Amino acid sequence: MTTAPAGKAAEREEDAESRVLSAEENRESRRRTLRLLGELLAPVKGQFVMMSVMVVIAQLAVVAGPRIIAYGIDHALPALIDGDASLTIRAGLLYIGAAIVGGVLTFGYVRQGTVVGQRMLFGLRKRVFRFTQKQDLEFHERYTSGRIVSRQTSDMEALRELLDFGVDIIVGSSLSMVFTVVLIVSMDWVTGAVMLLMLVPGVLLTIWFQKRSREEYRAIRTHSARLIVHFVEAMAGIRAVKAFRKEDRNQAAFDQLSQDYRDASLRSIRVFGIYQPALRILANTTIAVVLLVGGFRVLDGSLSVGVLVALVLYSRRFFQPIDELAGFYNAFQSGVSALEKIAQLLAEQPSVKEAERPTPLPDSTGQVDFEDVSFRYTADGPLVLKPLSLHIPAGQTVALVGQTGAGKSTVAKLISRFYDATEGRVTLDGVDLRDVSMEDLTRNIVMVTQEAYLFSGTVADNIELGRPGASREEVEAAARAIGADTFIEALPYGYDTDVNKRGGRVSAGQRQLISFARAFLADPKVLILDEATSSLDIPSERMVQEGLTRLLGRRTALIIAHRLSTVMIADRVLVVHGGEVVEDGSPAELVAAGGRFAALYQAWQDSM
Amino acid sequence: MIATMARLWQTVRPIRLRLLLGLLSALIASIVALLIPQVLGAVVDQLDATPTAAVVWTGGAVAIGLGLVEASLIYLRRVFAVSPATLIEKGIRVDFYRKVQHMPVAFHDAWGSGQLLSRMMSDISTVRRWIAFGLIMLVANSVTIVVGLAFLFSESVILALIFIAAAVPVSIIAYRFSVRFHTLSRLSQDQNGDLATTIEQSVQGIRVLKAFGRGPTALEGFAEQADELRRTEVRKATAMARFDMFMFMLPELALGVALFTGIHLTARGSITPGDLAAYFATAVLVIGPVRMLGNLLGQAVNTTTALNRHYEVMDEVNTITSPEQPVAIPAGQARGIVRLEDVHYRYPDAPDHMDDVIDGATLEIRPGETMALVGVTGSGKSTLLQLVPRLYDVTGGRVTIDDVDVRDMDLETLRSLTAVAFEDATLFSDSVRSNVLIGADQSLSEAEAEELLELALETADATFVHNLPEGVDTRIGEEGMSLSGGQRQRLALARAIAAQPAVLLLDDPLSALDTKTEERVTERLREVLQGTTTLIVAHRTSTVALADRVALMDDGRITEVGTHAELMRRSSQYRYVIAHQAEEARRDQDIETLTGELDLRAVQTGEETR
Repeated sequence: MTTAPAGKAAEREEDAESRVLSAEENRESRRRTLRLLGELLAPVKGQFVMMSVMVVIAQLAVVAGPRIIAYGIDHALPALIDGDASLTIRAGLLYIGAAIVGGVLTFGYVRQGTVVGQRMLFGLRKRVFRFTQKQDLEFHERYTSGRIVSRQTSDMEALRELLDFGVDIIVGSSLSMVFTVVLIVSMDWVTGAVMLLMLVPGVLLTIWFQKRSREEYRAIRTHSARLIVHFVEAMAGIRAVKAFRKEDRNQAAFDQLSQDYRDASLRSIRVFGIYQPALRILANTTIAVVLLVGGFRVLDGSLSVGVLVALVLYSRRFFQPIDELAGFYNAFQSGVSALEKIAQLLAEQPSVKEAERPTPLPDSTGQVDFEDVSFRYTADGPLVLKPLSLHIPAGQTVALVGQTGAGKSTVAKLISRFYDATEGRVTLDGVDLRDVSMEDLTRNIVMVTQEAYLFSGTVADNIELGRPGASREEVEAAARAIGADTFIEALPYGYDTDVNKRGGRVSAGQRQLISFARAFLADPKVLILDEATSSLDIPSERMVQEGLTRLLGRRTALIIAHRLSTVMIADRVLVVHGGEVVEDGSPAELVAAGGRFAALYQAWQDSM
Repeated sequence: MIATMARLWQTVRPIRLRLLLGLLSALIASIVALLIPQVLGAVVDQLDATPTAAVVWTGGAVAIGLGLVEASLIYLRRVFAVSPATLIEKGIRVDFYRKVQHMPVAFHDAWGSGQLLSRMMSDISTVRRWIAFGLIMLVANSVTIVVGLAFLFSESVILALIFIAAAVPVSIIAYRFSVRFHTLSRLSQDQNGDLATTIEQSVQGIRVLKAFGRGPTALEGFAEQADELRRTEVRKATAMARFDMFMFMLPELALGVALFTGIHLTARGSITPGDLAAYFATAVLVIGPVRMLGNLLGQAVNTTTALNRHYEVMDEVNTITSPEQPVAIPAGQARGIVRLEDVHYRYPDAPDHMDDVIDGATLEIRPGETMALVGVTGSGKSTLLQLVPRLYDVTGGRVTIDDVDVRDMDLETLRSLTAVAFEDATLFSDSVRSNVLIGADQSLSEAEAEELLELALETADATFVHNLPEGVDTRIGEEGMSLSGGQRQRLALARAIAAQPAVLLLDDPLSALDTKTEERVTERLREVLQGTTTLIVAHRTSTVALADRVALMDDGRITEVGTHAELMRRSSQYRYVIAHQAEEARRDQDIETLTGELDLRAVQTGEETR
């Protein structure tokens, strides 16, 4: 009933997410994100320090390599010629030792980085899941399922990439560059200066690449999305495609889309195709320049040959981490914006909260009372429900009648505590719903909605959801009680038929019967029922009506009615208009009283 | 693997020259890169012997020259190979699309669009990467390694052997790692997909979960799945870490041993210090291709998997095709007699203990007649309807139009003779106009087409489209305006009408309409359908009333045929299915409509009294 305004609310929300934030909001958002990051990092701080130490030592071992070779050529070789092998042995062992230390530590920090990162992600995933499950329905109508799914999938994925890169690249690559520079400068400051000079065009080139590739990636994503949308649409509508001979036209469209996608990919590959060779030119030029400068310094005797060899080897290494850092920067940006969105989600405040010290209510009779209850969605919004007092004795079947937006679903939602009353209180057996634990509440009050949602799994699984742990006999008994057993047994695998597989696909009427059986198994004292509006075929309709009658039984029931035939089976009718109950009585009484309901009834009679 | 790759070669043949040029560029580039350390070695030796500035200048110049050549060759490799490879990729993709688009509906039922999508996007991209990069680099790297080894051997046989001792296990480890990592990546992708499904359901089914207080159970299930994913990721990382470790350690260990040995060799004078320096520089260069070789072999394995998945689809036989010599149907002369003779149909994946969905249906529809098809949910009405335009092919018996078996007609002809409106109306991302006129005669003049469009919209009560932002030019479908179920159904109906077929097949086209609208549409259909043979699946009395005759379907068979009145009289099953008008009207009057009418009446009386 609230879908239309909810849709608009969702749109507004999307707008809010994409619009430009003010400085104040930006600061607030950043603060939230940092706080969340702090919370995530706090338990693993020690681990991070340990990993960083491992990375530093491993990088030292890596960087030491050429230095040891230089040492070997310059010192161990002359010593050995003089007959002293100890330096040679030392050089060899040092090199091997560095290799082992470097290797083992690499294993350690690469693995540990993921272990820690995954633990953080796992925690965050659970937290987001628990959070979204806890939120009231008002939230779910505003925050669409697609957005929650993307928070939990693509945003988490962006975070994972960032964490995977994390320690490895931030500490690893940048340290490797720093160490290399330090070593080179310490070996020969002139070469060091040359290399730092060469770094400038390297950085500029990387910035250019960074910018261009981001643009091209965006273009690729747009084109691949179009390609995918077309493909999915054509495949999903394949029957219509064939029936109306759309194949050739589709083929032409797909050809064009593939061409666009190909052009976009090619452009992006080209950008990389310039970056990579250009980086190589820089690296090679650096080697040549180092060789040149170093060579002259060897000539004038200020540099040894071994050091020259080491310098050349280092200069080759120097440029390797640059493109890794470029990749990391991308991951960092998308990771941070993902975290920002998650933080924003977690900052939502639920309006329906679990009681801190709940009044135990193991078993109720099913008596529901409204005491001066009024309701508005937002603090400054209009009253959706005007102050209402209502006594529903145990076992009564009440039908709510009224137009869309009149407030009848609000009444139902207040009883099932999808929302809390703005003023006044709703009680079950005299206990304020806000003082009842969610567990007791859901055991006593169940709302069956018209969408009759089925989860993936078997028919039996879907019924069992009403009372987890119920035996197969109880599940079947519930289906029998509702009258759903006949069609279930006719399914290819009976109760074990997967509802998502072909042949297991159930019709709209059958879905409703399954959801009735689910509610029957749960056996609540109070039942709230949102009657379906969609039109079923006659036999299904009859089946559903019978099932409904059986489900109602002796329970307290509140039906949001859409058909007069349903209203006529109720003990009592409440006509809701403009947020107020304007008529209250048995169907016969109201017809006799000659108000709105009587007019409705007359029109119904006339239409036959 | 070899057979699969050989098959790929057939596709790649047209660009083999460009690939060869790309290969040559890659090859020369890596050899040039190998020469740079030689320069270093030469400079070091020369500096020892004749320390002059000329040596340094020459060395520097040669190094920079070689460096530029290497970079340009890397650039050229891409220019030669990448562009044609993306064209091949596009070609494969378009062919794939053509194939699946022409496969029968039963194929799509079995595969699901997700499966096809991942083949269309990621598998084909994998193949392109292999053609443009993997294949070339595999050859180039192999050559580089051989040449590099030759250099190493020329510098020192013993040192070269030490290097080989490390290179062989590195290659093997790299290969095994790529394959294993691929398996783990697939697993993690699958688990990610499952997790996403759980999240989606937990949100979409939130009302049910809340109503039954199942939040904690859902969280448990979710946590379990998320934990499984976490464990897979850790396994992935462990494999990765071990790989990194060996990749770093093995070559470095070899170099450590080589350093020790090399110094001894130099001290004994069997090699020069220049040789030793060049050895290290060369070894560093060769180790890269050795590592990559393993990865490339892994990539080859993964490409083979992707190709096999691709060919799996491409090799499916299309069972619904035009016959080689179709029976000619003169245009515009079809009368539209539809006959079903002992028709059977069963889904290819139906379990053995289930009966055929269509289990011996026999029916004749006279030219120009409107026949309603009535039956309970699951009796096979929709399936039966789809057998006529061969969306599915009968598994027994035959379907004829004007006494010609539909399987003897050209498919294109058959599908212009027939038009279908499905219950779940599929609209495409296009304008309203294109969506409605999709099946219309393409040779119509613009004015005629416009007239037809208007007539179809009018008949289907779909004139609401004129109120859309851009009227009939408004984009609808996935990427356009979203319409309600009833609106979509009316457009789908308009589309079927605009096709002006000889045989019109309507699968419950009015189910989402309210009673009032439905009556209006029914009324107009009656006029427009004059002369068109129509088979309409229906469950409302008002729709059935439109039909000349009614066929009752039960358990895949046609059990009764007659007028509505006749069947009401003689068939209890029919009475059970269709009910009588009064009961239906009673049921279908929803409060919304009633109150709406009352309010309207109140306004009118208010105005009258004023």
